[in-house]
Amino acid sequence: MSKPKPKIKKEVVPMRKQDPKERSHNFNEVAQGYTEEQTMAEAERCLQCVKAPCIQGCPVEVDISTFINLIRERKFDEAIRKIKEKNSLPAICGRVCPQEEQCQANCTMGKVGDPVSVGRLERFLADWERERGYENPQEAASTGRRVAIVGAGPAGLTAAADLAKLGHEAVIFEALHKPGGVLIYGIPEFRLPKDIVEAEAEYVGKLGVAIKMNAMIGKLYTIGELLGQFDAVFIGTGAGLPRFMRIPGENLCGIYSANEFLIRVNLMKAYAFPRSDTPIYVGEKVAVIGGGNVAMDSARSALRLGAKEVKIVYRRSRKEMPARAEEIENAEEEGIVFDFLTNPRRFIGNERGWVKAMECIRMRLGEPDVSGRRRPIPIEGSEFMMDVDTVIIAIGRTPNPIIQRTTEGLEVTKWGTIVADDNGKTSIDGVYAGGDIVTGEATVISAMGAGKKAAKAIHEYLMRKVKAKKAT
Amino acid sequence: VTKRELVPHTNLFEFSAKEIAAKTKPGQFVILRVDEGGERIPLTVADADVEKGTIMVVCHEVGKTTKKLGKLEGGDCILDLLGPLGKPAEIEKFGTVLCVGGGVMVAPLHFQAKAFREAGNKVIGVIGARTENQLIFEKEMREVCDELYVATDDGTKGYKGLDFLKELLKEGKIDRVIAMGPIVTLKTISELTRLHGIPTIVTLIPIMVDAMGMCGACRVTVGGKTMFACVDGPDFDGHQVDFEELMARLKMFTPQEKLAFVFHEEGRTSL
Repeated sequence: MSKPKPKIKKEVVPMRKQDPKERSHNFNEVAQGYTEEQTMAEAERCLQCVKAPCIQGCPVEVDISTFINLIRERKFDEAIRKIKEKNSLPAICGRVCPQEEQCQANCTMGKVGDPVSVGRLERFLADWERERGYENPQEAASTGRRVAIVGAGPAGLTAAADLAKLGHEAVIFEALHKPGGVLIYGIPEFRLPKDIVEAEAEYVGKLGVAIKMNAMIGKLYTIGELLGQFDAVFIGTGAGLPRFMRIPGENLCGIYSANEFLIRVNLMKAYAFPRSDTPIYVGEKVAVIGGGNVAMDSARSALRLGAKEVKIVYRRSRKEMPARAEEIENAEEEGIVFDFLTNPRRFIGNERGWVKAMECIRMRLGEPDVSGRRRPIPIEGSEFMMDVDTVIIAIGRTPNPIIQRTTEGLEVTKWGTIVADDNGKTSIDGVYAGGDIVTGEATVISAMGAGKKAAKAIHEYLMRKVKAKKAT
Repeated sequence: VTKRELVPHTNLFEFSAKEIAAKTKPGQFVILRVDEGGERIPLTVADADVEKGTIMVVCHEVGKTTKKLGKLEGGDCILDLLGPLGKPAEIEKFGTVLCVGGGVMVAPLHFQAKAFREAGNKVIGVIGARTENQLIFEKEMREVCDELYVATDDGTKGYKGLDFLKELLKEGKIDRVIAMGPIVTLKTISELTRLHGIPTIVTLIPIMVDAMGMCGACRVTVGGKTMFACVDGPDFDGHQVDFEELMARLKMFTPQEKLAFVFHEEGRTSL
């Protein structure tokens, strides 16, 4: 007689986190990841359902149920290999994917208890492999085709990795001095350590991808010039332009875009100033405008840089905040104050041109707007002053426009995004695009999904071209 | 890199950068980073030699990064060089173009003056410095200008200050003014030319980080609108620029810059 199966635990295995009091003063990673035993315990919770709805929730279609089953057999090396068939950046995805809206939202366990923590399992495997040194990937037989990839962010790295696996020569052109895009300039160290981004970008290099830094396409070469040297081009330049409020006083000293603030802290490592050369100034009273992950990242960074009080000023209520629940919770634990239903109207400066206060107005929620969230409406007469000496504006980012301005014949929407079909095909033959440059600001994983689809389409395009050539 | 000291603490650097040299036009700039952990600093290109594959910049040592740059010797390499950035200067046949430059910006001014002359303009040059031994590129400017005036703040060479410009502008034969140099000088020149209604283009180099439109640190108000100097400029209509705001913004990190410099000089890395 087989022994009875132990009852499956409904609750997720909790993950160790740095203590809020301590972590609000350092830039070390907050979430510490699962131990091997915790990983085994969490993997046991997977029902291994036949339909595996989790896989449909994954933009890059990682075979989740199989890799979890391999964990249960303690075959960690095979499990990570399974993930890497589809995803070349697992340590990153295990940390920053909104799994609760994707794979985990579909998890059958979620109907009776907590869904299986796919992200934490993925992270464990990726870290396990990185600590032991990457397995050298096999280089695919060369097709002799060359593809230029513009931008070394999530979309570009994924597209390049997939193309290299198919035997095409992929060359990434990156304008900044480090690869990773938003992973390196946007997401802070305490949420995604930069050595992990560097290691995973290096892994993409091991697949045979060349990454050329300090190469700004549109300035150094146009897309047309790239088409002269390559058989196809993929554009993954992202949404990196800051959106401002366009209200009086916005150019006063002490007011940053979230992008400037985070680029200084993350890419330029201003938190290590004066050991690193790039300075940053954070006053005592900081207001961060916005309610997304970038607002959370900015607020928590400001706190770590020594601000006495950090407020998140958001025009809607908690329910409408686009930030991940986990990040809102982390911010709260660290002592970030939330000022909901509040919007700034103008900034007031001192005699030296520095911001000293912010006039705000209270809001109420009306009918849902196009985003499906209830529209905020100002309550006239509710204006009040808030003392601030630093303001960070985190109300969104818009597409990088340089390629669009310098590429003739490239169809662009009125929002400045590049027009592309589901497979990334643009209005120019041989030119593909994907990620935030097509969709507008979205997630790391959706950009990776787009890079993946485009790589497949580019592969088919190149193979068609080879066939056509042979036929003639 | 090759290096030549022009005057004390001001060096001319020529960087080997074939791809950048092939694309650089007068008015554009580059971003460089000397070493790991270093800042990204913008420098306006003073010349580009397509055949040699080099670009030239002139840099005055004012802080930690420029000091580190000044310590480089011929044959050394810098870590990162990005460019060309910004819009090229608008070079057309305007008639008579007055090119006014101060300090190290005389070097990139010469790049534009040369282009204006090649485009068939009469070029009048005005170059200045704080004092005689800080003046650079006089010979180079003389070669590309039809007339050249020299001025110093203390009067040790040429005219004392820029008051003499009033006479020059009054004669009414100037169609366009190009001004490069310290913000205060740009402001003074723009105020003078406004009286005569002469179109005036100023080159603005505010604080920048990425210099590709991503951070907005370099925002300036021009004609009531916010512009990014890195991608919308660096050249703007001098009569429309809010110089007061720009001057305040340029001082945003002064205490930190001083601290970094002192630490660097003393070889310290922490408080």
